[in-house]
Amino acid sequence: MPTTEKKSLLVVVRRSPYGSSLARTSLEVALSGTTFEQDVGVLFMGDGVLHLLPGQDTGALGVRNIAKLIASFPLYELDSLFADETALRHHGIAQHQALPQNIEWLDTGAIAELLTRYDHIMSF
Amino acid sequence: MIYSLLVLSSPCSGQACATALHFAQAVIHRGHQIHRVFFLDDGTLTGAASMVSPQDEADTVRQWADFGVHQSVELVLCVSSALKRGMLDQSEADRYEKAAATVHPSFEIAGLGQLIDASFTSDRLITFGG
Repeated sequence: MPTTEKKSLLVVVRRSPYGSSLARTSLEVALSGTTFEQDVGVLFMGDGVLHLLPGQDTGALGVRNIAKLIASFPLYELDSLFADETALRHHGIAQHQALPQNIEWLDTGAIAELLTRYDHIMSF
Repeated sequence: MIYSLLVLSSPCSGQACATALHFAQAVIHRGHQIHRVFFLDDGTLTGAASMVSPQDEADTVRQWADFGVHQSVELVLCVSSALKRGMLDQSEADRYEKAAATVHPSFEIAGLGQLIDASFTSDRLITFGG
């Protein structure tokens, strides 16, 4: 019989925010996990750290603003947020610029450790 | 062991969708179970009833549909991804006043909750494509 106890879930966001539909989809998966009262974490890696840039304006793109979606995370008690500090440096973003500010910045070794802490990983 | 699969890629682009099917067949062959296959984003195109494959290529949509029926495995298309791509079952076609249903009857349309449910009902959740 299937086991139905709650399992922890880490959503890994590797896409740039407006380069593919998978970026927004991955965040919607994370929010959906919180509605089941699962332990959900989100890790921004690679181009995914571009989600954390302040001042996103999607008016000219005709798509919904992903930064607003991320800003709604506290309403869903989604506060286990992690990001790849190497990727941040690669993109020339200062940690104090990045939003939201409750993100935990991890080096490569810490990311490897994080990946072992979750029951399931969904990587987008 | 109980597996669920998450498929992110279209059957007409790359190998991930076909690889997921082969993996699913191998899981059953080894005596394990598949609880659910969840198709998300471009993966929802796997349910396209109207897709026509070239004669000398594998018909991945039909193969998935046959697999779902023969193995009694749930094949679920994410509703928001599906609607954006014109993937409609009859009730969605009626609701949005579109000309016809486009989803193969072996697939069902449901919300992201079905993916989350699959993740905590399964020992392993394997992602393909993206």
